[in-house]
Amino acid sequence: MKENTPSDETKLFTKKVSRRKMLKTAGVGGIGVVIGASGIGGLLTLSDSRAKGQTKDIVPFYGAHQAGITTETQDNLYFASLEVTTDKRSDLIQLFKDWTEAAAQMTAGNLVGEASLNANMPPKDTGEAKELSPSNLTITFGVGPTLFSKDGKDRFGLKSKKPAELNALPKFPMDALEDSWSGGDICIQACADDLQVAFHAVRNLVRIGRGKTIIHWAQTGFQRTKQADSGKTTPRNLFGFKDGTVNPDTNDGSEMNEHVWVKVGDGPDWLVGGSYMVVRRIQMYIEVWDRTILKEQENTFGRHRDSGAPLGMKNEFDRVDLEAKDSNGNQIIPENSHMSLSRGDGKAKILRRPYSYADGMDPKTGSFNAGLLFICFQRNPSKQFIPIQERLAKNDKLNEYIVHRGSAIFACLPGVKKGGYIGDSLFG
Amino acid sequence: MKKAKASLAVLLSTSLLFGCAQENEGTKPADDKAKEKSVSKLDDVSREYREYAINEIEEFVQATEEFTTAVSAGDLEKAKEVYAPARMHYERAEPIAEVFGDLDPKIDAREGDVKDEEWGGYHRIEMGLWQENTTKGYEKYAKQLMSDVNLLRAKVETVDVTPDLLITGAVDLLNEVSTSKVTGEEDRYSHTDLYDFVANVEGAEKIFELLTPALKEKDAKLAEEIQQRFDEVYALLEKHKEGDGYISYTDLKKSEVKELSQAIDALAEPLSQIGIVTEES
Repeated sequence: MKENTPSDETKLFTKKVSRRKMLKTAGVGGIGVVIGASGIGGLLTLSDSRAKGQTKDIVPFYGAHQAGITTETQDNLYFASLEVTTDKRSDLIQLFKDWTEAAAQMTAGNLVGEASLNANMPPKDTGEAKELSPSNLTITFGVGPTLFSKDGKDRFGLKSKKPAELNALPKFPMDALEDSWSGGDICIQACADDLQVAFHAVRNLVRIGRGKTIIHWAQTGFQRTKQADSGKTTPRNLFGFKDGTVNPDTNDGSEMNEHVWVKVGDGPDWLVGGSYMVVRRIQMYIEVWDRTILKEQENTFGRHRDSGAPLGMKNEFDRVDLEAKDSNGNQIIPENSHMSLSRGDGKAKILRRPYSYADGMDPKTGSFNAGLLFICFQRNPSKQFIPIQERLAKNDKLNEYIVHRGSAIFACLPGVKKGGYIGDSLFG
Repeated sequence: MKKAKASLAVLLSTSLLFGCAQENEGTKPADDKAKEKSVSKLDDVSREYREYAINEIEEFVQATEEFTTAVSAGDLEKAKEVYAPARMHYERAEPIAEVFGDLDPKIDAREGDVKDEEWGGYHRIEMGLWQENTTKGYEKYAKQLMSDVNLLRAKVETVDVTPDLLITGAVDLLNEVSTSKVTGEEDRYSHTDLYDFVANVEGAEKIFELLTPALKEKDAKLAEEIQQRFDEVYALLEKHKEGDGYISYTDLKKSEVKELSQAIDALAEPLSQIGIVTEES
């Protein structure tokens, strides 16, 4: 499992309700009735594990890096950008500790918190993931520039720790950003092969943070499911084109080290082993695209739609020759095609991990409100995403069919060892 | 008005809550004493709350008298003036007031909550005062309202206030805020929703205040956190004060409504943990 060594650490985190505790609380909250009905034996089978004996479909939570970055992309996403409302540093640290514990439990397929038998209190876990498989849930935490300083204010004594690379992205040409879809102090990216499991994760974390954080914006995302595409071919975006053909290989550790993970010397040491995440909420003009002729669609991406092959080639992974010309001397792959501009000189690479979204209808236009929640990871935004996006924003033929509505950047914290907490290198 | 009041019905009685623990392993007589002490403490709290609620209903009767008299006398301005403050007494005592499932809709139903021909009470008159700008034709509703409120006052004496009712009541009051006040649906003609909002919060705070000593014994940190969140909600409400009252709900910016809503969520979450007072130490 790449950098996250599988272990049974997650299992150790599973809290069983002890028999003693059970008996102690049994008289309270009405469980006495249950004792009468089913006997103690029935009660002792209670635990907070969700689907009993699950070891499959678990992505290890602990490790050198957070999961959800180079680990295999799951079918569904629930993404939340949060604002911190507390002004106490101690609250923030406690929150990350509580989140770490809950995230470790949920990714292992367990319920949050200890099962309480007091019927006079709401259950600790919200319950909708009960009986469900761990579904390869990953929970990835990141911190935005405004956590370090906002309106010039050093909010949590972190200002001096802000990485030089962690800044709100520059305004690119054609951007139509909305505040309600941009920025955030903290992000939680929950990915799972089941949307209910992903939602459950974010919901419970937001609940734990209530009073200390509020949701700034949130978005669900989807891809074709593993079930629908057992061959694991490159997923297609909502324009019908394969998206992610030239992504760096997440199984290649040295490539990940070169392009994704922050290294010693890149910036502050607390982020070593972490990664910068860029999020762009890109609305796609679905109806406009649907009436665009195939030739134009393919020239826009620089690829054939059906095969995903570079224009003029047969297969998806065929070599890309940007200089190739047709018999009339015209470039086969237009210079302003999305592929050509994304590639540039081919040196700067980002790890893309995007999800499509579909949020019903745009009430203003009656059109679909759908698009891409573009998410990418990198070691150095100023050398990776930013120059790539500058090229795209200026010339990309695709700009006729899309518009960037939201933008955010987060420093995804390094992984956590058992006993530590997400963010301990930052706060410690 | 409450949408559903099932929660009270399914709650366990006090005797079940506290009565059967001694059947369990290793309970010593000393524990029993401690338990008895905590039970009687909660019973004291329930008694105090009962007094508080009855007092609010008593004031509600007087304020309703003033309101209905103004309506019957055709004094439009006076009726408008006393409408919102009068309702605050009811909203504070809502966990008790709405125990009477037949009276609550008569007093507090909003348009569409009940069949049109059955619709009366405060909000029916509110529609006349603000939308039609008249008291004319509403005298009969005023008369009926007064008689329903008097009946409520008489019946409220019979309420058995249990710790369960307190525990759910506090959060229920805030849920009222979240589901109908925050949306501006409560007082849709007068837009005096902030009065009801404040009264619900005050009613919840009273319960918290009464339970605080018991709560501190179980979880002092929780008690402190809840108090802090109440303070934060009041600080936000303070910004919307105008004279002795509050600004019109329609004058709130979208962002201010969201801010209030999220502050209520932040308060209600820890407040929902107060059931811990029913646990053994």
